[in-house]
Amino acid sequence: MTRYAGNAAALRALVRDQEVHRDVYVSEEVFQLEMEHMFPNSWVYVGHDSQVPNAGDYFGTTIGTQPVLLVRHTDGTVKVLHNRCPHKGTRITSETCGNTGKFFRCPYHAWSFKTDGSLLAIPLKKGYENTGFEQSHAATGMAPVRHIRNYRGFVFAKINDGGLDFEEFFGESLSSFDNMVDRSPVGQLKVAGGVLRYMHNCNWKMLVENQTDTCHPMVAHESSAGTVVEVWKKAPPGTRKPMAVEIIAPFMSPYEFFENMGIRIWDNGHGHTGVHHSIHSDYSAVPGYFDKMKAAYGEERAKAILDENRHNTVYFPNIMIKGPIQLLRHFKPIAANKTLVESWTFQLVDAPDMLLERTLMYNRLINAPTSIVGHDDLEMYERAQEGLHSNGNEWVNLQRLYSPDEAEQTNVAVNGTSEWPMRHQFRAWSKFMTMGM
Amino acid sequence: MSMVTEAPLRNAVPTDQELIDFVVREARLIDQQRFDEWLDMYADDAFYWMPLEWNQTDPRLTCSLMYEDKLLLSIRVERLKGARTFSQKPKSRCHHVLQTPQVDSRDATANSYVTWTAMHYVETRLDEQTLYAAWATHHLSVENGKLKIKLKRVDLINCDAAFGNIQLFM
Ligand code: FES
Ligand SMILES: [Fe+2]
Repeated sequence: MTRYAGNAAALRALVRDQEVHRDVYVSEEVFQLEMEHMFPNSWVYVGHDSQVPNAGDYFGTTIGTQPVLLVRHTDGTVKVLHNRCPHKGTRITSETCGNTGKFFRCPYHAWSFKTDGSLLAIPLKKGYENTGFEQSHAATGMAPVRHIRNYRGFVFAKINDGGLDFEEFFGESLSSFDNMVDRSPVGQLKVAGGVLRYMHNCNWKMLVENQTDTCHPMVAHESSAGTVVEVWKKAPPGTRKPMAVEIIAPFMSPYEFFENMGIRIWDNGHGHTGVHHSIHSDYSAVPGYFDKMKAAYGEERAKAILDENRHNTVYFPNIMIKGPIQLLRHFKPIAANKTLVESWTFQLVDAPDMLLERTLMYNRLINAPTSIVGHDDLEMYERAQEGLHSNGNEWVNLQRLYSPDEAEQTNVAVNGTSEWPMRHQFRAWSKFMTMGM
Repeated sequence: MSMVTEAPLRNAVPTDQELIDFVVREARLIDQQRFDEWLDMYADDAFYWMPLEWNQTDPRLTCSLMYEDKLLLSIRVERLKGARTFSQKPKSRCHHVLQTPQVDSRDATANSYVTWTAMHYVETRLDEQTLYAAWATHHLSVENGKLKIKLKRVDLINCDAAFGNIQLFM
């Protein structure tokens, strides 16, 4: 049964001021429409350019559910190509990442393409003479995604021609990328340490919402962070606090801590928690790091960079970054009830190794399929994905600290436990879902 | 020799059979969810390592699925007992099938013994049952007349796959 295809009014009706209909999480039809409209209308994260440092380097990923390739072209620029042979659709690359040399060669019938996607050669080319091949779609090669933007190393792409341009779409939210990159004394990041992959049987938006949900840590994470706090209490007085305890214990901070830390709201669904302080504020200093920062930026500016302790910055639709710990989580939709979560970590170029060590420890302790903190969250998402099938109530409540005039406001900092960011994400969802419909 | 209670070592230098019995006993304690006794098999400075990368050599600047000292392991064990550990309501259960452990190296002077064990590990919760294939490498030494684990390394054959929750110990 189709209810929503081509029906912008029905889709808009799924999002109310203070609640959303369960179909945004459970309906396969809505999911398909997200893939057809919402993702192609948005600027979606593809990858980091340090993953493809040399000409011919490629990295395969998805925009929504569409397979694409991030590739370094021979002229040094970065391209995003649909990862599909124009002949019969075969995926071009066999590994997730690698180097293809000067051209891609399809493994099926050996059509070959330059690294910008254009057709290079076809075996038995004669067979296409007088067939009108030049006018075919196939003759144009691997289709490039035309709208791409490399922002300080982070590559975004927009599949549709319509919609907002890059600056309009992200606006002031780019300051969170700036802060993460500025934390390197040379202003450069590099993907490092390996990617953690975690399969979730739930809708991708549950993860996105959770990034600004500050009323759950002390409840859901009592099992993990609460146990850390309890076990740590029994350590003999004067024992040096291990890095692991520094990382996990702040999840148990009380409601006031999260209320006071604040949430910032930007246009188009973006925003971040941790305006004033965050769970990352009290990490021990890493020897030698501040001196390097001071030498690079001057004392005042170095301080300003490091005093910014944004907790989670959500970039709508499906990534979150943590500047102070140099981490990016990518929530990749697979089906209405299935999401692949990739957690990427970055090295601050020219900074001490201990920072990367801490980043990797954070990723392992919080975001791994073997992480106890991750277990707490996934359990809740999967219970919600099941519970939403109850007909007892078709609506999900997002009402906390609602104010009737909030839709018109942007770049405001509000109470850290507000559900405004989630309402805001759904306003953006509704906008990009129905754009041009 | 019983696997259920820990047998005292007959000599300061363990025999191959004693090393093998020790490794087998460890798996059994996990299967029987006797986690306090299990933790006691680890030296105070022990690590439990589950690499994320095939043939990974560095646990510090390359991410791992687990790289945990005894403090973190004891936190996991405590958490499993918690009244509000919702991901363990209901609890997971697990099952190990080991090949006979092989003694890869023994160095009595350095008090260092290494075994290598191929295994299948099954974890279940609710209606889900998941099979993992792995190799466990145990670095053992004798402390106060007892064998202790200094390092347990678990290499999953599909270490880089996307997993759901893995809740217990392999
Ligand atoms: S499918 Fe690619 S060359 Fe035929
Ligand atoms: Fe959480």
